[in-house]
Amino acid sequence: MKAYFLTMQIKESSKVYDVVIVGSGAGGGMATKVLSEAGLKVAVVEAGPYFDPADPAQRTQLKWPWESPRRGASNIRPFGDFDSAYGGWEIDGEPYTSTEGTKFDWFRSHMLGGRTNHWGRISLRFGPKDFKRRSIDGLGDDWPISYEDVKPYYDKVDKLIGVFGTKENIPNEPDGFFLPPPKPRLHELFLIKGAKKVGVTVIPSRLSMLTKRINEDRGVCFYCGQCSRACSVYADFSAGTCLIFPAQKAGGQIDLYVNSMVREVLTNDEGKATGVSYISKDDRKEYELKGKVVVLAASACSSARILLNSKSKQHPGGLGNSSGVIGKYLHDSTGASRAAFIPDLMNRDTYNEDGVGGAHIYFPWWLDNAKLDFPRGYHMEVWGGLGMPSYGFGFNPNDLNEYIGEKVGGYGDQLRKDVKKFYGSVVGISGRGECIAREDNYCEIDPNVVDEYGIPVLRFNYTWSDHERNQAKHMHETFEKIFDAMGGVTLGTRPGKERDYGLATPGRIIHEVGTTRMGNDPKKSATNRYQQLHDVDNVFVVDGGPFVSQADKNPTWTILALSWRTSDHIIDQLKKRNI
Amino acid sequence: MDRRDTLKSLLIGGIGSGLILTGCQPSPEEKTLLEKPSENQYGRTEKEKAHDAKLLGEKFFNDHELATIAVLCDLILPATSTAGSATDAGVPEFIEFIVKDITYHQTPIRGGLMWLDNRTNKQFDKNFISCSASQQKQLMDEIAWPDDAKPEVEQGVRFFTQMRNLVLTGYYTTRMGIDDLGYKGNMPNVWDGVPQEVLDKHGVAYDPEWLAKCVDQEKRTTIAQWDDEGNLIS
Repeated sequence: MKAYFLTMQIKESSKVYDVVIVGSGAGGGMATKVLSEAGLKVAVVEAGPYFDPADPAQRTQLKWPWESPRRGASNIRPFGDFDSAYGGWEIDGEPYTSTEGTKFDWFRSHMLGGRTNHWGRISLRFGPKDFKRRSIDGLGDDWPISYEDVKPYYDKVDKLIGVFGTKENIPNEPDGFFLPPPKPRLHELFLIKGAKKVGVTVIPSRLSMLTKRINEDRGVCFYCGQCSRACSVYADFSAGTCLIFPAQKAGGQIDLYVNSMVREVLTNDEGKATGVSYISKDDRKEYELKGKVVVLAASACSSARILLNSKSKQHPGGLGNSSGVIGKYLHDSTGASRAAFIPDLMNRDTYNEDGVGGAHIYFPWWLDNAKLDFPRGYHMEVWGGLGMPSYGFGFNPNDLNEYIGEKVGGYGDQLRKDVKKFYGSVVGISGRGECIAREDNYCEIDPNVVDEYGIPVLRFNYTWSDHERNQAKHMHETFEKIFDAMGGVTLGTRPGKERDYGLATPGRIIHEVGTTRMGNDPKKSATNRYQQLHDVDNVFVVDGGPFVSQADKNPTWTILALSWRTSDHIIDQLKKRNI
Repeated sequence: MDRRDTLKSLLIGGIGSGLILTGCQPSPEEKTLLEKPSENQYGRTEKEKAHDAKLLGEKFFNDHELATIAVLCDLILPATSTAGSATDAGVPEFIEFIVKDITYHQTPIRGGLMWLDNRTNKQFDKNFISCSASQQKQLMDEIAWPDDAKPEVEQGVRFFTQMRNLVLTGYYTTRMGIDDLGYKGNMPNVWDGVPQEVLDKHGVAYDPEWLAKCVDQEKRTTIAQWDDEGNLIS
């Protein structure tokens, strides 16, 4: 039996919350807001520290590269010193493993707001087809819900949080309630030109950044291009700044437990959840929180880990796992990238081109799979421009001379000239596509390894199939076509079969979903259409875990919409005393 | 207070850095100090602060190595009529830090410096920094142009390339370097498209249909409202 320590926290834990929410990212943040505003007493348990990008001690926005002694290099934080993710693919004391011959890189960000503090804010609705893929191509499974079920929530999320974009009437790229987009940058005009020449659809981006005020609490974008640093005036979407802080301000009964690593969901003799146990990172002791309802929002893999570690007489295979599917059907987006040198963009006049913290243009999936050797699609994201230098800027400063008949190398004044000559002349495109969810891509509990809190860790088993490899091959063909059409020189060589056509390692795109997938059949799914465990009616999962398929779209907007929908359902069920 | 002393007291006393830093405002002549890494002032976690402080308190290069790095710095980026040199921008201090932080730089840079001295000792019977300017240039010309370099100096070419990369990145991430480059952002702004003369220079134009959908910056602070079909009406 576990020993609990008599401390202040134990006193607090004698309080019974209406809802205990594990995790404070997109899913947890939305549940916190909706449930607390309904008058429920809510505990939010977050593995990392409190975080507010407006706090001068935590703010990285508008810092200059020289304020970091490593000039923003990415050896400490994986996306560089100024990126607002506390964590990464590797975290000291919190290992994970993989089965032989497979690899999955697992990105975790432990902090209030989780990964929403640094994400790209690409805020896309899944389209009608994205919920019913099996009916279209016979692969994977259909969702038990359709676009029509989620649409009202997408609409509400758009209005609550704010997303810019444009009405385009593209069948599987539903329009929403958009703020107006910013004008394209110079290199983006070249990319538009190139894409149009080769028949690739290009539209204004859809990003959750406030190009226009939406309420009195949040600021308007001031175009520093640094959303990855989290916005100190809350003009971009982060779960802390846009959901949890406003919910607190509205007088919600919310207790935040930070630096608190959840071990398991606790259950009673009937097998119903009674709360969670967690380890405080501050004193390394274990505590217990009681709740009538438990909402898991720790991220797809962390929530699966918690459930699999919550073993009891009633739930010997882990909580809610009578189907055995928890951890299975894990899938991340596919990804491949390429860069090109655009001679027409040499010798640029400089001006403030920061714009918003992401591309101002976007390439949605534009083809018909019937004519292709892979199922599903991919979208493309672009980069380039007159960015702020950081570590790595100026490396191989004139290698591009090779393409304009000049000499590579040298030193002195000529180097300065070359740096300026090529500044802003390189652009890049990244493809992000849909991977088919498979039962044999999974995470499970490693029987041999625990983390520094004594919690058994995850072991991953993940491989790509030819579906994904062929998609990456096609991405590179597309990149080259667009670069050619814009008068560019594609850099590097096209990766061949031996390198999976440049396909990124699973997990690297950080869109992992599917580990507690939803469905109508309790034998084949962990959660129902309301993201409620089939086996335990007072436990819900509101992160990416319940996704049946991932679409070629970033998952956050759908996590938000589904979390809101589930929260409404919880309120309804509590009122009816069904849970 | 000397910065290194500050660090020592930080390590020993574990006092919040904010107190110490506000307790010793730099005098105007110490202004360059501000250009140097301002420890803990860029949103660090406690663990990150401790890592930075530890490295800043250690010394990797010896005096001769640092002197050689300084000479190389200013051969690679000498001052111009409008911009200071690499040493003016504090690049040797940056290189001292970065090899401690990104440790794979250590052996190639340290070994490369020895390679350099070995080469000039054979050719001129002197260490690199004691060579005349023309002798130094002669060696630079041997290793700074990869396509023309003789096979026997291939290691020197690799060293030069790595050192030049660190010098350039160290330089262009300072105020001095950023001003020289002409980067104009990292400050509040209202982006309203590419300047017309730039569009003209590069022979591109905005598509009027696309532009019509873009933000009207005059109305950016008016609270957004939509009709039921999602059309913005404010």
